[in-house]
Amino acid sequence: MSGTYLGMPAFPVAAATATADGRLRANLTHATRTIRGKRAAAVAELPDWAALRAAGAAVKDRTLRHLDTYLTQAEEAVTAAGGTVHWAADAREANRIVTRLVRETGEREVVKVKSMATQEIGLNAALAGAGIRAYETDLAELIVQLGDDLPSHILVPAIHRNRGEIRDIFAERMADWGRPAPEGLSDRPAELAEAARLHLREKFLTAKVGISGANFLVAETGTLVVVESEGNGRMCLTLPETLISVVGIEKVVPTWRDLEVYLQLLPRSSTAERMNPYTSMWTGPGESDGPRAFHLVLLDNGRTDTLADTVGRQALRCIRCSACLNVCPVYERAGGHAYGSAYPGPIGAILTPQLRGTASEVDASLPYASSLCGACYEVCPVAIDIPEVLVHLRERVVQGGPASVGGQRVRLKPARGHAAERAAMRAARWALDRPGVLRAGQRLAARTRRLHPDRLPGPGRAWTDTRAVPEVPAESFRDWWQRTGGGREAGA
Amino acid sequence: MRVALFVTCVNDTLYPRTGQAVVSLLRRLGVEVEFPQAQSCCGQPQFNTGYRWETEPLVRRFAAAFEGFDHIVTPSGSCAAMVRDNYPRIGAKAAAEGRGEELARAADAVVPRTLELSEFLVDVLGVTDVGAYYPHRVTYHPTCHGLRMLGLGDRPRRLLEAVAGLDLVELPGAEECCGFGGTFAVKNAAVSAAMGADKARHVEGTGAGAVCTVDNSCLMHIGGTLSRLGSRVRPVHLAEILASTREEQW
Ligand code: SF4
Repeated sequence: MSGTYLGMPAFPVAAATATADGRLRANLTHATRTIRGKRAAAVAELPDWAALRAAGAAVKDRTLRHLDTYLTQAEEAVTAAGGTVHWAADAREANRIVTRLVRETGEREVVKVKSMATQEIGLNAALAGAGIRAYETDLAELIVQLGDDLPSHILVPAIHRNRGEIRDIFAERMADWGRPAPEGLSDRPAELAEAARLHLREKFLTAKVGISGANFLVAETGTLVVVESEGNGRMCLTLPETLISVVGIEKVVPTWRDLEVYLQLLPRSSTAERMNPYTSMWTGPGESDGPRAFHLVLLDNGRTDTLADTVGRQALRCIRCSACLNVCPVYERAGGHAYGSAYPGPIGAILTPQLRGTASEVDASLPYASSLCGACYEVCPVAIDIPEVLVHLRERVVQGGPASVGGQRVRLKPARGHAAERAAMRAARWALDRPGVLRAGQRLAARTRRLHPDRLPGPGRAWTDTRAVPEVPAESFRDWWQRTGGGREAGA
Repeated sequence: MRVALFVTCVNDTLYPRTGQAVVSLLRRLGVEVEFPQAQSCCGQPQFNTGYRWETEPLVRRFAAAFEGFDHIVTPSGSCAAMVRDNYPRIGAKAAAEGRGEELARAADAVVPRTLELSEFLVDVLGVTDVGAYYPHRVTYHPTCHGLRMLGLGDRPRRLLEAVAGLDLVELPGAEECCGFGGTFAVKNAAVSAAMGADKARHVEGTGAGAVCTVDNSCLMHIGGTLSRLGSRVRPVHLAEILASTREEQW
């Protein structure tokens, strides 16, 4: 790993490598299965889960329909509370704004609380380019950062690592970033957590600038909300003098009443807890407590284009609970890195190709990173029909069609490299639309059945490498029906 | 009551025995099933791979072939789900793209009449004991489309439990996808194979002599994997178990 998702191979290639990595598979299978079982139990506790889920979807849909109104309301409220709002159209603009804001404080170091938006825009690299060092303070993010690695899960970015690996990373790398790991560090969770606590505490106490994301932005009061388990986020939000929050525009919820729905849906879906251990809320800079200056960077970066798509826009309801990752059989085998973006798993497979477009090879391969089994849809607390969006985006890849790019309506051409497949699909459709041709094909296959090899060449090889091909029967159903009068005559 | 069999292109070409089993079973239950020759494929491979426009003629063909029937019964959960879940989408999109309402109307007309075999047996005929005899230990894999898109629930299990001589054993991780997924099996061969291997291992571990599903595509994948692993567990379609009697084993 090299700290960037750019230039990663297409999903099938990356996934094939990951699938062959036994240790990664074991780490992932263990972690996802454990959380999967716990989530199901936590959800089963609520008799009104189905109604909550429907409300969660409905509130987000209504908000997205009037997003401009709620964002304006949120901007006014944040400003009235003494904060400053910045609008960023894309990653580059967002990085420029944050870099400038940090520079203006005169600081060269910042502490960060886990934020997917900053991962999405590659903020740490942009800051490093400007000579500013960003310290990740979420435990899992810290592991990722020290390991010169990339997050592979929304909630547990270091899910692909086990305890032994974490111990080695701490022992080898902590000294380069601050306080070294204690001598003789073992892989006991308590010891690892203590090492991280000591290492991070130094950062919290000296940092003057904090950078955060947010789970929600309540429009009516301009309040930002972060939920977390460790409390490190709360330190980042309260100790520094300047707080910069980078938040996707889809994170807005109109009122506190709406927020209530998500504060029930999110913890049970993500960590299988009834309530998050830490729920921090802040409205502008504080007088006596917390940061003296507050900046909110509202990030578009493809979200308005996504909103323009009537099928695809449901991806913007996502509250990043990661339940879909934990039930996904493909994620479990392929690991998070194969998805080539900050958003892995089923949600990544539909969000990334919308935020970034389907032009690159990896982005065009993401809608196919699913067997369409539907487990993700079943668990999603805001009822995003991920399989529906996957097929919709597959269509965009192979067939082209209308889309919004940079706010302009365009007609996308089919992605390159699908010519042979398209021809095969057309030929199949042509034959299937002519039962006579279909029957001739079946008869030919039946007549040559003794010649069929056990292993196929070309694209079929992938099939026969691990699976036996079914034997072609001597007679198709169609022919049998005709010969025997629907099974009523002799020879049936 | 006029009942049509939608045998599906996979069964027609590769698993005619399954279609024959449906015919024999329904006849035993007093239902004469017709086979409209104009039928072909529901369009699932095209649609799920992204070729929606290529699917449209097949939707039209399906609607025309099965016009006038009260029920369209199919021994395939995924094909039933394709019709019920996706035909309305295809019709609505065609209308939205300015190709008229005709496709949408045709699609909507077949949706409520298209049933997977176990739905037809339990909901329409109202039977769970079909008088079958199958003296084997069987494990049941609920396919994803049957389970989540159609919501078959415990219908197939209830049918199996009523089969004389059949010993139904639990499949660990039953609700997990087997990894077939149509073109997914070719496009993401490594992940598909890994999923198939896990499924096959679980099937093997039950000690069953046969693994049963409502879909021959999944069965082709699971069975193909089992056979490469040298397993003796037989893949068998629900219809073939239900068609079996003391006189005739399928
Ligand atoms: S798509 Fe749904 S299940 Fe997946 S992370 Fe988002 S909210 Fe959670």
